[in-house]
Amino acid sequence: MPASAATTALKEKFPQVTDRASADHDAVNVPVAEVVAVLKYLRDEFAFDLLMDLTAVDWAEGASPRFTVVYHLFSSANLGYVRVATDCVSNDEPTAPSVVDLWPAANWHERECYDLLGVKFTAHPDLRRILMWDGYPYHPLRKEFPLAGIEVPLPDFEVGAETGAAVLAAPMAGGPFVASPGEINLTEAEPRAKDESWSDRRPRPDQTGLKQFKG
Amino acid sequence: MVSAETEIAYNSKIEGEVVVSRADAVINWIRTNSIWPMPMGLACCAIELMAVGNGRFDISRFGAEVMRFSPRQADCMIVSGTVTYKMASQLRRIYDQMMSPKWVIAMGACASSGGMYRSYATLQGVDRIVPVDVYISGCPPRPEAILDALIKLQAKIKTERSAKNLLKA
Repeated sequence: MPASAATTALKEKFPQVTDRASADHDAVNVPVAEVVAVLKYLRDEFAFDLLMDLTAVDWAEGASPRFTVVYHLFSSANLGYVRVATDCVSNDEPTAPSVVDLWPAANWHERECYDLLGVKFTAHPDLRRILMWDGYPYHPLRKEFPLAGIEVPLPDFEVGAETGAAVLAAPMAGGPFVASPGEINLTEAEPRAKDESWSDRRPRPDQTGLKQFKG
Repeated sequence: MVSAETEIAYNSKIEGEVVVSRADAVINWIRTNSIWPMPMGLACCAIELMAVGNGRFDISRFGAEVMRFSPRQADCMIVSGTVTYKMASQLRRIYDQMMSPKWVIAMGACASSGGMYRSYATLQGVDRIVPVDVYISGCPPRPEAILDALIKLQAKIKTERSAKNLLKA
């Protein structure tokens, strides 16, 4: 059964499910209260047995809804994808139900999502940070978090005291280092600063009033 | 005409049973040619570090082929790869477990300066937490560059006041 049949049947069974704009696969918006039931229905009735990805979108500060959790499902029987998106109700304390019971693969995905974006997954068996260390005070993929980082102590206080080192904002001389994937000349394709009009010592021309992060 | 004298080694019959040298020279000579490296392999640089142990490049020509994965048996930590802040504390603790005298080689752009990882998660140079003796440029460096760094480290060890440091300790 193709994936489009799945979304059609889904919309009949769950009237609150709506279509979602998509450039590739079928996609639906689901209210957060129904998302577990929808995903379970897709898994059991339409053989979406693989959770390919689970992530979230931060639509920036001030946007409402600010956080959207996105599930990518794949059916190994019908070889089709479907994308399910759900908006978190709270913009400050975003939560979503855990789907670890449906797909064990969701465990680490939800931990990463919690670590980097701060979406709390209720009823998750082990919701700890997975990439940053325990006790790190920020969620780095949120829009207000600077790429260079924010100064905090090292995760190991003994090492921090002995070496005097801390987690410092990285020097962003010339902006983030970006690769040019389409470039034929490999020297030009290497990751490099795209804007060299500013550096750590020279502020960015359009942001002279902003505080510079020192490396 | 080729000389009949083929003996090129030390001849005790001629020179006696005694060799006179300075303690520094002897200690440094031993240390220079028996560096036991510890591969602190954290990223792709570690692959080049493996290559330098192979026959083509052959780090054993310089007496440093005894790679030890225990810090207690090693005296040269080769930090090869990206050091994240999460890993930095462990790296420092491993360094603390190494026996003195010990040296550190920062291999590649990431270990030396953070490299292209200008981000919230990456330590911007391993010299912020451990004292580095030799830096190697490159992303990743060629195996020859590692040998070059090793020779530079040997030259540095040869200048150390080892006997004085031993008595002081």
